[in-house]
Amino acid sequence: MSAFLDMGGYAAFVWPAYAVAVGALVALAAISLRQWRAARAEVARLEALGPRRRGGGSA
Amino acid sequence: MSRKRRRLWILLLCGLGLGSATALTLTAFEDSLVFFFSPSDLAAKPMPPDRPFRVGGLVEAGSVTRSTNAEGRAETAFRVTDGARSLRVTYTGILPDLFREGQGVVAEGRLRPDGSFAATSVLARHDETYMPPEVADALKRAGHWQPGQPPPPAAQWNTLSRPAAN
Amino acid sequence: MDGNAAPRGSSLHRFANPGRFMRLSGAMLPWLAALAIAVSALGLVWGLAFAPRDWQQGDTVRIMYVHVPAAWMAMGGYLGLAVASFVSLVWRHPLADIAAAAIAPVGAVFTAICLITGSLWGKPMWGTWWVWDARLTSVLVLFFLYLGHIALTAAFDEPDRAARPAAILALIGAVNLPIIKFSVEWWNTLHQPASVTRLDAPAIHMDILWPLLVAAAGFLFAFASLVLLRMRTAILERRARALMLARAAAARLPEAMPA
Repeated sequence: MSAFLDMGGYAAFVWPAYAVAVGALVALAAISLRQWRAARAEVARLEALGPRRRGGGSA
Repeated sequence: MSRKRRRLWILLLCGLGLGSATALTLTAFEDSLVFFFSPSDLAAKPMPPDRPFRVGGLVEAGSVTRSTNAEGRAETAFRVTDGARSLRVTYTGILPDLFREGQGVVAEGRLRPDGSFAATSVLARHDETYMPPEVADALKRAGHWQPGQPPPPAAQWNTLSRPAAN
Repeated sequence: MDGNAAPRGSSLHRFANPGRFMRLSGAMLPWLAALAIAVSALGLVWGLAFAPRDWQQGDTVRIMYVHVPAAWMAMGGYLGLAVASFVSLVWRHPLADIAAAAIAPVGAVFTAICLITGSLWGKPMWGTWWVWDARLTSVLVLFFLYLGHIALTAAFDEPDRAARPAAILALIGAVNLPIIKFSVEWWNTLHQPASVTRLDAPAIHMDILWPLLVAAAGFLFAFASLVLLRMRTAILERRARALMLARAAAARLPEAMPA
């Protein structure tokens, strides 16, 4: 197990590389999900504000 | 429909123009785009003395000599070869882990009056071959790969059936 | 992420197609995201724990399983950005603009991963974190192109007005793609030539190549999931904006509106 963690002496390079890759992707996914939830809540709020008034007529 | 077609043609023409302009620019600046020169490049187009540049190639098999100088620092001398020509390089300092005979190397420095190259930095350059150490050993044992030489072409060893490595 | 959130107001006829996109993408996204997590985890654990060491690079070869898929996504993503921009300029399809704006930040993150992991690989093997050779420099330019696209898109208040300049920037930047790809063949670089896309056999042993391909498939699913999610968000944001404008117009001219 310690040999696995040691990565043949290159632990200081291999593990940070994986941490950067996984961390960046998880962070991007979390930010994107939060933006999605915010947009969904905003549309729901606007739609709930009474009957919709349509500006464009019947197209 | 015809407006879309016109936009399509305009874009394609712009792309053609941009592509040729880029190709011409890159060709014009070729000398500054190369990261290093090979010993053959230097023989064809000699560098002025005292101008720093990089030379790259393989560390010639059997050419490496290591010593310790008066201040106790490691000194290494070796020849960089591209198969046709080679250049003697000396370097004082710590070499990268990958540095070994037959390995790719890029040295930065300048020429001495005696024609040898005084390197201020040495970088290792590995080739694009990836294989487990056992496969490399098996190829060397079977005589398909001369030690100190680049690996054999991939088509010889990378088939879907595994070579008998063990 | 259920499909029910799709806009129902078909009076906004410009979003008729995005409406269908919302239903389709809403049905696909949970599966795509699950595949992304499962396949990436399989590829990365395989590469970290079970793939063999390399004959010349030892255990540092394991950095390849994040570096190379990230590099492929960085370049493939830009190709997608260029195609979307082309469709946007020629056919003016609103989904193409939304796709381009969604791809740019995802591509930028994959390019950053490629640059950082490459640096972490270069230090122990080449002996340097960074050199200005043609391959490394052209990938850094790719990163800046992504950042430029993001900044240009963000500089306009109305997303529709940002679309055209951003698309033109993306198409001009596309000349960088063949430069990245062939830099290692046209000019002497510190970076080694291509291992996988070669005319003869790939120069990677199958024991190393398989986990690499699995990790790349996982990254591709992750890329697609993130782009779909961001496209869905952008469509909802546009819908919220349209609703707000319609309300503002209705508040200003209450008599002019049909009952």
